[in-house]
Parts: sequence; structure tokens; C-alpha cells
Amino acid sequence: MLKRFHYIALSLVVLLTLIILNLPNQTAARLKLGISSLFLPLFGWTATAHRLAGQAGDTLVPRRELLKQNETLRQENQLLRFQLSQDEEMRRENARLRQLFGWQQQTARKVKLGRVVLREPANWWRTVQIDLGQRDGVQVNLPVLTTDGSLAGRVGSVSLTRSQVVLLGDPSCKAAARVEDEGRSTGIIERASSLENGFVDMGYLSRNSNLKPGQNVVTSGLGGIFPKDLPIGKIVDFQATEYGLYTVARVKLAADLDALEEVWVLFP
Amino acid sequence: MNWMNSLFILVAAFLTVFWEAAFNGVRHLMGAQIDLLPPLMVYASLYASLGTVALLALCGGLWFDSLSANPLGISVLPLYLVGLIIYAKRELILRDQTFAQLALGLAASAAVPLMTLLLLLTTGHTPLLGWGTLWQWAVMSLGGAALTPLCFVLFGWANSALLYGRAPQSSFRPDREIRRGRS
Repeated sequence: MLKRFHYIALSLVVLLTLIILNLPNQTAARLKLGISSLFLPLFGWTATAHRLAGQAGDTLVPRRELLKQNETLRQENQLLRFQLSQDEEMRRENARLRQLFGWQQQTARKVKLGRVVLREPANWWRTVQIDLGQRDGVQVNLPVLTTDGSLAGRVGSVSLTRSQVVLLGDPSCKAAARVEDEGRSTGIIERASSLENGFVDMGYLSRNSNLKPGQNVVTSGLGGIFPKDLPIGKIVDFQATEYGLYTVARVKLAADLDALEEVWVLFP
Repeated sequence: MNWMNSLFILVAAFLTVFWEAAFNGVRHLMGAQIDLLPPLMVYASLYASLGTVALLALCGGLWFDSLSANPLGISVLPLYLVGLIIYAKRELILRDQTFAQLALGLAASAAVPLMTLLLLLTTGHTPLLGWGTLWQWAVMSLGGAALTPLCFVLFGWANSALLYGRAPQSSFRPDREIRRGRS
């Protein structure tokens, strides 16, 4: 049985927990930030350890392998330069046509590369923390992409030096999406299964949608957070919901969210 | 010596929380991250004072929540409840037995995430739940159970290496002394 002293201690902790849980959002966020900043020295040590391990690995790579990689990268660089010059030409042509038709000019978006420094320790959320923060101009709700350009999530909260990115599949990261079929069916990317990190559900699709496995899913641009046409993934299968009001499709994400090392933060 | 042990426990909790957020190998292998705070709480509630148990729950919970998307403070109460229950019954527990450590680790590692999820749902949050959660819960419980005896071994080493050992009792007892000669 618990003694009187135990009850007093329990009451104190309950009271303290209730006070912390009922703090105003802004105060709680500041407090969270302050507490998490205690881990800053460990971030530094981990980064140094990673760098040293990388350098040690580099010294072990044989010269022949390095020369081979160098040659491959040189060829890739030439190909990319050629593609860039073609894209530049197309961009100019696009701008001319937009001007002729009187359409609004598209502005190129800026991106900033961030490194994933921490992952979610709890199993019931899907978030990561990156090393870009307010001092880098990051704001809440900016889209976050993988290095190959597919959608990874959005910025959930920002501190001075770090940001929390809410990944696709987390209950608080929903994205308006479109299937690249004839009907351009639209729906909403919702939560993932708790185990299959690479899959998400796309709900609210019209029951008359002409869906097929393998069709691409991209952002629709609706909702105001994610810009249009960012690749999300491919449809794997689909089924009508209860009472057949709409269809839910299972989408395999293009981004490997388990293996995220670096991400692009997309600025407006 | 007590405060030194409490300090070890708190430092271990700090490093544990960082490890859970920084290293993801277990999640890649098993599909779930193991929480090491419940095994630490089992150790603290069997070997430390109630103040240390409360401090571990408070600091460990707040550190964990600060690196997670959890609302701040949600992990404190489940940890403390588990610690308090074990603390209240610790005179009846064979704490040096590996089986007892395993059983307590299993119970604590199973109870803490369950209570945290219940609290989250009660406070209106919508965590990611599904059939897979059962698997994650099993991994967390079994992983926590397996790590609890290890935690006892590590703290045993640390204490024996860094703290003064208990002085061996002398066989001499003044009340049993045979006094010779006339008094």
C-alpha cells in the first residue's frame, strides 16, 4: 500500500504535470525549445564523430575507385550541363509564351539544404529534426522535399537553429493531392499505417475515379501549403470506403522517409 | 553516495533520450524504437530514493518530450506512476534476481507507452495508431524487458568502480568481549 508520503509526492508530480500540460502554446513551445537546447553539445559531438568517420572512410577508399568515381561524376556533370542548357532554352520559351498569352510569370522557388539531425523517439509520430532554423529563414509550414525532389513533409515548428519536420503519414501532415489520370482525380494524403512507413492513404477520391495501380500522385496545389506538381508517389491499390461514398487509395511514397539524411526546404 | 547514484541515473536518462532520437538502428530492424526510460525507472525505483524516482520521471519525461512531437510533460506521469508502484513494493521484490528484473522491465516497458497513449488520446491528440501499434508495443515491451537486467549490471559496475564500497563488518563485537582479570 502507498504511504502518506507517497501520496504527497504523487500529488506534487501530478500537479506539476498538469501545470506544464496546461501552459499556453507559446510558453510550452519556448520551454520545449529551452529543454531541447540542453542536447546541443551532443549534436555537435555526433556531427564531429560523423565527419571523422567519413574522413576515416575516405582515406580507406582505393585510388582506383576514386578515379572511377571521378570519371563517372565528370560524365554525369557534362550530361547535367547539357540538360540545363536545354531547360534554360525551354524556360525562356515558356516565359515568352506566357508573356504572349498574358499569363502570370512563374517565379523560381529558392531551396536550402538541411541535414537530418534527430528522428522522432516516440513510435506514434512521424517527425525529424533538421539543422535549419529561424536564422536560416525557415518558417512554419514550408514544404520539405527529399534530395531527389519528392515531397517529404512540411515544417512543423522552428527554433533558432533547428526545425521539426512533420513527415507525410503523420496525422498532422495532410496534403491535397492529385492522381495523374485522365480525370485528374483529387484527394487528400492522410495518415500512414503505423508499421509501413513507406505507404500513406489517399482519401476523399471520387468513387467514379478511374484509378489504376502505378498511377503517379502529385500535389494538387490546393490547401495553400504545398505548391503544385510535387511528386508524392504511386498508387498501389484502392478500395471504396464503407457505404461507398468515396474511394481510398494506398500510395507508395516516392520518398524513403526512413533513410532521410538531407532534405530541401522550399522557400516561397 | 546516494546523490552520486542519482546523478548517474539522471546522466544515463539524458544520454538514453538522446540515443533514442539520434540512432535509429533498432527501428530499421524491428519497426519500432525501444524506450530505455522504463528500464531506468525500474532500476531507480529499486535502488534509489523517492526523490530520485520523481526527478527521473520529471527530467526524463521532459527531455523525451522536448525531442519528440509529444506535448511537453505527457511522458512524466506514466513514468512516475510506474516508478512509484515499484518503489512502494520494493521491500517485497527480489531485486537481485534476473527474472524479477526481467518481469519488472517487461511490465514497466509495456505500461509506460500504454499510459502515454491513453493520456494523449484523453488530451485530444491523434497519434498514429493501427494494428501495427500492437507490434510496436510488443517490441518496446520485450526490448525494455531484455535491457532491464543489462541496466542493473551497468549500474552495478559504475557504482563499484566510482563509489566507495561498503566497509566489511568486523567479527569483533564489544559486547562479546571476554574481559580477563579482576574488574
